[in-house]
Amino acid sequence: MSEAHDDPGTDGDGGGNDADTDVDAENDGGNTGDGSGVQIDMISGERMDGLTSMEKIRLILDGVHEGNIVILEEGLDPDEESKLIEVTMTEISPDEFTGIEIETYPGTEQQQTGGFFDRLFGRESRTKLTVIGPANRLETLHKDETLISTLVTRR
Amino acid sequence: MGLLTGLRNSIARMTSSLFAGGEQQRRIGIYGPPNAGKTTLANRIARDWTGDAVGPESHIPHETRRARRKEDIEIERNGKSVSIDIVDTPGVATKVDYTEFLEHDMEEDDAVRRSREATEGVAEAMHWLREDVDGVIYVLDAAEDPFTQVNTMLVGIIESQDLPVLIFANKIDLDEASVQRINNAFPQHETVPLSALEGDNMDEVYDKIAEYFG
Repeated sequence: MSEAHDDPGTDGDGGGNDADTDVDAENDGGNTGDGSGVQIDMISGERMDGLTSMEKIRLILDGVHEGNIVILEEGLDPDEESKLIEVTMTEISPDEFTGIEIETYPGTEQQQTGGFFDRLFGRESRTKLTVIGPANRLETLHKDETLISTLVTRR
Repeated sequence: MGLLTGLRNSIARMTSSLFAGGEQQRRIGIYGPPNAGKTTLANRIARDWTGDAVGPESHIPHETRRARRKEDIEIERNGKSVSIDIVDTPGVATKVDYTEFLEHDMEEDDAVRRSREATEGVAEAMHWLREDVDGVIYVLDAAEDPFTQVNTMLVGIIESQDLPVLIFANKIDLDEASVQRINNAFPQHETVPLSALEGDNMDEVYDKIAEYFG
């Protein structure tokens, strides 16, 4: 099904405003736009830490627009998830981009937000993994509290 | 949400209420996935207390593509009066494919237009959720699986804003409805069963609205 490639954030550049350039450069070299495979971008928490909310969203959506599956080691916070939906909606276009499929593991709010003291002191639990892909290529087959099963189709 | 952020939001809301003067008008957003019955509920509430409707209802997804507001709804419960504005929002989704509307005997031009309007409406509703509502009624179809990513994300977003939220399990008139399934999905919130279409359990709905948003 796929060719996975290494985390684009391990190049030591620390993220920042050049995130778009990095992704484009990788896409130029590695994306299989001819339909022969599916590219998976696995983005580390360290890479995302150096980005603003909008830079994170741009990094995700640029990858998804290319037809890639994006996997975030540490997910997004609720405000970023809200902005991701908002920006995704503004970019939907008939016959070109129908939106995103997104799944997060673990999926329940209690697990994501941690315990009482985590919430009291504003500590965010980092233990969630998020999978985002183009709606026309990624289909969730099954999801429960311990498993996400998705089908990735070629173009 | 961090402690400081939570405190800041609480202080901002308290300051806003202090300077508002008189009875505070709470703006309550009705959110949820498409076809959960949000507009039917908004119409039921508006008709019961003002005699007017909010907007048209339909079984076709994304019938509501622009948020509609009904202001100055006075709900009287147990001798007290609660004044709210309700905002009926488009169903939140992460994808909108115009071809799905073609299955509802819609012409392609109409389907594309509906799709464009729906995406604009969802974007607007998400923006308002962060900026412009004082509380949320989250409506779910009790006959559908509530454990979806959009529902989980939306409830998490609402919680992160420290907004009071009521979860309504709508469509309990359907045979396949399960309120317990919604309870299990969101145990941290109270779930109120109802049928907005049939008007079932609306007394408890209004009691809870007055309790949470009054």
